[in-house]
Amino acid sequence: MVEQTAKSIVTICAVVTIFAVCSITAYMVMKGTPALKNVGVSSLLFGTSWKPTAAEPAYGILYIIITSIVGTSVSVLVGVPIGLLSAVFLTEVAGKKTSAFIGAAVELLAAIPSVIYGLLGMMLLNPLMYKWEKIFFAGSKTHQVTGGSNLLSAIIVLMIMILPTVINVSATSIKAVSKDLRAASLALGASKMQTIFRVVIPAAKSGIMTGAVLGVGRALGEAMAINMVAGGAVNLPLPFNSVRFLTTQLVSEMGYAQGLHRQVLFTVGLVLYIFIMIVNLVLQKMRREAGADE
Amino acid sequence: MSKKRKIKDFLGYVMIYLCAGFSVLLLAAIIVYVFAKGAKSVNLSFLTSVTSVLKGTVGIAGNIVNTIMIVVMTMLITIPFGVGAAIYLNEYAKPGKLVRLIEFATETLSGIPSIIFGLFGMMFFGQTLGLGYSVLTGALTLFLMVLPLITRNTQEALKTVREDYRQGALGLGAGKWYTIRTILIPSAMPGIITGVILAVGRIVGESAALLFTAGSAAVLPKGLSGLFSKLFQSGGTMTVELYLAATSEGDFDTAFGIAVVLLILVLLINLGTKMLAAKFDVTRINR
Repeated sequence: MVEQTAKSIVTICAVVTIFAVCSITAYMVMKGTPALKNVGVSSLLFGTSWKPTAAEPAYGILYIIITSIVGTSVSVLVGVPIGLLSAVFLTEVAGKKTSAFIGAAVELLAAIPSVIYGLLGMMLLNPLMYKWEKIFFAGSKTHQVTGGSNLLSAIIVLMIMILPTVINVSATSIKAVSKDLRAASLALGASKMQTIFRVVIPAAKSGIMTGAVLGVGRALGEAMAINMVAGGAVNLPLPFNSVRFLTTQLVSEMGYAQGLHRQVLFTVGLVLYIFIMIVNLVLQKMRREAGADE
Repeated sequence: MSKKRKIKDFLGYVMIYLCAGFSVLLLAAIIVYVFAKGAKSVNLSFLTSVTSVLKGTVGIAGNIVNTIMIVVMTMLITIPFGVGAAIYLNEYAKPGKLVRLIEFATETLSGIPSIIFGLFGMMFFGQTLGLGYSVLTGALTLFLMVLPLITRNTQEALKTVREDYRQGALGLGAGKWYTIRTILIPSAMPGIITGVILAVGRIVGESAALLFTAGSAAVLPKGLSGLFSKLFQSGGTMTVELYLAATSEGDFDTAFGIAVVLLILVLLINLGTKMLAAKFDVTRINR
């Protein structure tokens, strides 16, 4: 009797996760689709004008989508090499103590709340960007002055925030490379650097790619930190433009949006959710393949 | 070695050192800067009073209470479900479709960003269930967010419990549930606690999932009944207050004060998990 009850209870606990994922998906689709019909798919997804509160409102979110794609890609493209080389340092170059120390620092970086990254970005990056903006766009008549809140700040913050993920996953996969490979390479006369770049990193490629995809997921979903540094206007994602990401659009307007504007924000949420699901599926496929290799 | 090779090797080293140094310098800079900017705001009255123009006080006591309440409520809900799910997956389930589905769902859940949890929590717990902006809505939302974390850590801990223990208990005539309750869960306790501490860390640092679920009120509840009714009222955590202070209020003294408190908490949590891992090295005990 007790045995049976216990088994049923733990089964229910396990099934909760399935329910959670199903209901989140159902809600995102349910709430995100009405605006597609009410505004029109093409003028919503491919429109470039965002004037939700104007007398003749326009709800084009194309720039927001492109900003998320550009911001995420650039931060990952910059962050992955830095993270990978840091991981190489941790596993191949540093001694045990140094490695443990830096590993602890990386762990701490991962644990710092995103609002603190945002706050620091506001205080340190934005003023710097404003300085540059004044130099680069002195006399420009077309550039809207942003005061430093721009895409570039957001990309730097994102790059920093994905570093711990990339470092940890890369370090794990580099550690898993067999010692024989290194020994063989060194025995053939390759230098340590040649061994690292020509043998170890290629052997750890799939793990490093997994780290990069994880980074894409994190960067795509980050909201608060970049909302504090990216500015508040929907624009084409140029480095010195004030931009809105899918996530920051939600954070900054969900609080007051009404009616159709609110519906459109749910569509923004749905677009983000679809992107995230694609990343998740790619990630799970990569992990399965990595598992099959072992 | 050729000269060209030597130069290339040297450049490789330089790049590797630069990148690794970057992470460490970054962390050091963040800690130094936050403390330099915020340490002066943090004192006893900052931690024990509520910001009030009338009384002329600046403080985050209300946000601290909200944070603690959300952490406690979330963990009260998550621990039974997370540990239960792990027990099912590790002790009862036979490999098959259901297990694959549960594992797929757990992976998916852990990949969903917090802003999506916030949206779902607002729609489902807040509107459909009518809980509005409240501590409870926030806790239920975060439950979904940290569930995979607890499940995974418990599962890992259960996996390291030696097979002999299970066989021994069963051989002595103990039932399966009795074995789980008296042998497996206690043996897996360090792993479970590590998961709980990690989850607490995530909740303390969380903001996007709470902005539209738990809201931003910073009033201090009065007495026990006040604490209970607080469950159904809006309550902003420290991170949410930091965000609002830095953006809409432009009150950077408070923002950096909170940042100092949060950094200290994060440091403590990190240290806690490290000490726990060193003290209860599960793999060492069982080997």
